Amino acid sequence: MADIPVHEWTLLTAAKAVRDKKISSRELTRALLSRIERINPKINAYVTVLPEAAMREAEARDEEIARGIVRGPLHGVPVAIKDIFCTKGIRTTCASRILKDFDPPYDATVVERIRAAGAVLLGKQNMDEFAMGSSTETSCFGPVLNPWATDRIPGGSSGGTAAAVAAGTCFAGVGTDTGGSIRQPASLCGVVGMKPTYGRVSRYGMIAFASSLDQGGPIARTVPDAAVVLAAIAGYDRRDSTSVDIPVPDYVAATGRGVKGMRVGLPREYFTEGQDASVKAAVTKALTSLISLGAEGVEISLPHTGYALSTYYIIAPAEASSNLARYDGVRYGYRADGAKGLIEMMSRTRAEGFGEEVKRRVMIGTYALSAGYYDAYYGKAQKVRTLLRRDFNEAFARVDVILTPTAPTPAFRLGEKVDDPLTMYLSDIYTIPANLAGIPGISVPCGMSPDGLPIGAQLLGKHFDEESLLAAAAAIEREIPLRRVAPFEG
Amino acid sequence: MEFEAVIGLEVHAQLATESKIFCACSAAFGAPPNENTCPVCTGMPGVLPVLNRRVVEFAIRTALATSCKVREKSVLARKNYFYPDLPKAYQISQYEMPLAVSGHIDIEVEGETRRIGITRIHLEEDAGKLVHAGAFAGAQTSLADLNRCSVPLMEIVSEPDMRTPEEGGAYLRHLRDILVYLEVCDGNMEEGSFRCDANVSVRPKGQKEFGIRAELKNMNSFRNVEKALEYEIRRQIEVNLDGGTIVQETRLWDADAGVTVSMRGKEEAHDYRYFPDPDLLPIHVDRAWVEELGKTIPELPGEKVARLVSRYGIPRYDAELLSSSRRLADFFEASVAAFGGNPKVTANECIQWKDAVAAGKLSPETIAHVVEDRETGKVSATASRKLVELVIETGKPVRQLRDEKGLTQVSDAGALEAIVDKVIASNPKEVESYRGGKAGLLSFFVGQVMKETRGKANPKVVQEVLKAKLG
Repeated sequence: MADIPVHEWTLLTAAKAVRDKKISSRELTRALLSRIERINPKINAYVTVLPEAAMREAEARDEEIARGIVRGPLHGVPVAIKDIFCTKGIRTTCASRILKDFDPPYDATVVERIRAAGAVLLGKQNMDEFAMGSSTETSCFGPVLNPWATDRIPGGSSGGTAAAVAAGTCFAGVGTDTGGSIRQPASLCGVVGMKPTYGRVSRYGMIAFASSLDQGGPIARTVPDAAVVLAAIAGYDRRDSTSVDIPVPDYVAATGRGVKGMRVGLPREYFTEGQDASVKAAVTKALTSLISLGAEGVEISLPHTGYALSTYYIIAPAEASSNLARYDGVRYGYRADGAKGLIEMMSRTRAEGFGEEVKRRVMIGTYALSAGYYDAYYGKAQKVRTLLRRDFNEAFARVDVILTPTAPTPAFRLGEKVDDPLTMYLSDIYTIPANLAGIPGISVPCGMSPDGLPIGAQLLGKHFDEESLLAAAAAIEREIPLRRVAPFEG
Repeated sequence: MEFEAVIGLEVHAQLATESKIFCACSAAFGAPPNENTCPVCTGMPGVLPVLNRRVVEFAIRTALATSCKVREKSVLARKNYFYPDLPKAYQISQYEMPLAVSGHIDIEVEGETRRIGITRIHLEEDAGKLVHAGAFAGAQTSLADLNRCSVPLMEIVSEPDMRTPEEGGAYLRHLRDILVYLEVCDGNMEEGSFRCDANVSVRPKGQKEFGIRAELKNMNSFRNVEKALEYEIRRQIEVNLDGGTIVQETRLWDADAGVTVSMRGKEEAHDYRYFPDPDLLPIHVDRAWVEELGKTIPELPGEKVARLVSRYGIPRYDAELLSSSRRLADFFEASVAAFGGNPKVTANECIQWKDAVAAGKLSPETIAHVVEDRETGKVSATASRKLVELVIETGKPVRQLRDEKGLTQVSDAGALEAIVDKVIASNPKEVESYRGGKAGLLSFFVGQVMKETRGKANPKVVQEVLKAKLG
């Protein structure tokens, strides 16, 4: 431990060191705050850093340790969260001009829970505006850069969180995933990201993009680190009617289970001609390592996969068009100056407050829900969604987990796709089906491209079977040791 | 050509739950602006609604009381539109799958019973209220009071089964009485906890198809609903007779001018882009829950009137007055039971003192004692009124007051004889005139006796004793 710099420690190592009084929470927090200060200007991963508040929290955690009090498994560990989670009295922007000065009057359940587990909050992380994007280029605070190659995007929409974790500026973060927004940036930044089962983590206080798809989850440098964060934030919350009252198992223990006898499904629709060679090679390596540990590869079919992207781009914008209607300048957030009447105030507020991608999706969604078009679009999309869910149910009758690439390519260049929304949307082609089906998914690093860019493998599981995903991902991680903190010192 | 009107009514009833439909804020009326609000009902980013179980119970009970079919699965949907009193920019309501459907209530109009169908009952949340600084048109600023946001509402939509304004009024009053009986709504139209919109069309008598309808809004009393319907029916018939065409539109009732005025036409109708609210699960209502709630349905107003008439032999009019409030009717029955006295007299007393009964200032025993004392002649009609007033004022038992204040009347002929004798002895001239045929003087002697007894004598008994003594 002595020769590894603090910022490269795993979360579990750091947590144990605090509990064992080998290091104080203040020392850890100070180390990471100074790293943020040095590195953040180069990657733009944080939109809000909380040096004073974090130091105060660290001090309080240290005092508790001195009195023998351990709040939970994250006691004294500095983490950060995507700026989509409401934090009482701390600006929460969703990286949008329309919420640039919004101070929520309450904490999200996820925030309450990571604090209850003892974590110290370092700051709020950059993201695509309202989580709409796959590159973190739509933020009103400017793009996040990939710490592995700063001419590249980090993925999105939780690109700030993935980049911050990969750059060693926090031990873990919490992001959100509506169509791949945790898994895809985790893959592109060489870290671990998990989207839990829909209903596993409370959405209360998580600013809604597409309510039936959104799910919060951890981004960390190792699978056990992700497991411990997930355990802290998961569980039923009566404030979220869609959260499910199922006990939270021991996720950290699940990472040590092994994969002997596990049936790993390989959907033929996810391994097609013309696939990026380095991605294919890395995912194949992940499969090989699972098989070498006693798992069995089974070819399967998810026949409706081809419809997932278009289904998603009806449902998500439709829900978003309604969820984002509240930003009208009346109660909070940005309001256009000098409007002469109500309609002008609302329309100019929204025209000036939202970015292009958000407007595009609000328009698509409004259209899809319009009288006369509802059945052809939203109604039909819901039916296809049922078919996609059925595909997975049938597959999971034969296999325990499904292995796929997380993203079609390693990190692409900044600006490469930002003006071509359809190409950008394809970045999420492998991740979107899990959101539509509500099943859990995890991305774990499994290789590097010839350019030195990380590649992730995605594992998908049955509803509420996060444990099998953690077991398989941890096995891949042990078999394919890869550097997790980007070799980036700016 | 003779025309007939076709009327359907949409009632918005505020449910009398303590808290709002999707958060724990108080649903009470009249708090200072924005006091009963929280992040959820003010539509802060990231908040989520949680359905108040009590609201569903109230609506199920209403459905049962109106013979509706409660659906096992119903869906809460978002109705999207922009307005500053609607902080989420959508109202959570029910659209394709309402909570209950296909019911009816029976109303009585001019001695005839009519059955009015109920299409659906659904749940929704109320919006807030805007206060404009100055006149609406020239207002420089508007203030939003969000207290009412997410107050639970139940929309009850009737079939187009009514043909006259009187039927419309009777339906509304009866529906209101049912809701008040169920204690699910306070029924107050002026405070807006019971609101009504009307759909009206006219057609030549005998024609099957409906005419083009207008939707009437802004009627804040039963009387205004009837007046607005009368006006609108007349207007539509006149347009027809003048060879014009009715347009589908929303019209506002102007109570001061006594007219309806066009507010917006069909082409300006909103596209609300309804879709199921993904933040809320479908409402599942199982048989057992419905049965359990069925047991809590009290005797309803129509049933109660019929039973009071047949059981107590009181006039239908009295039974209707008593049944106008469940509490009053219960009070009446308890008063009869407490003494077993004349139900007709008891009913009169209950109706006379209904405000005090409603205020909880009288007990059935008080009325029973008053009726008993009246019937046995212990207390005069005047004294009994005074006694009830004293009970209301002091809260003391009526018999204690009667004895303390000496309000008993003397009805014992023996006890009155000595006084009568004294009065006869002191007024020889009048006795002579009376005996000479001036029968009208009897009231003079009664008056004298009453004076001697300081009003305590039973005048009837006094008359009898006098007549006997004077021959």
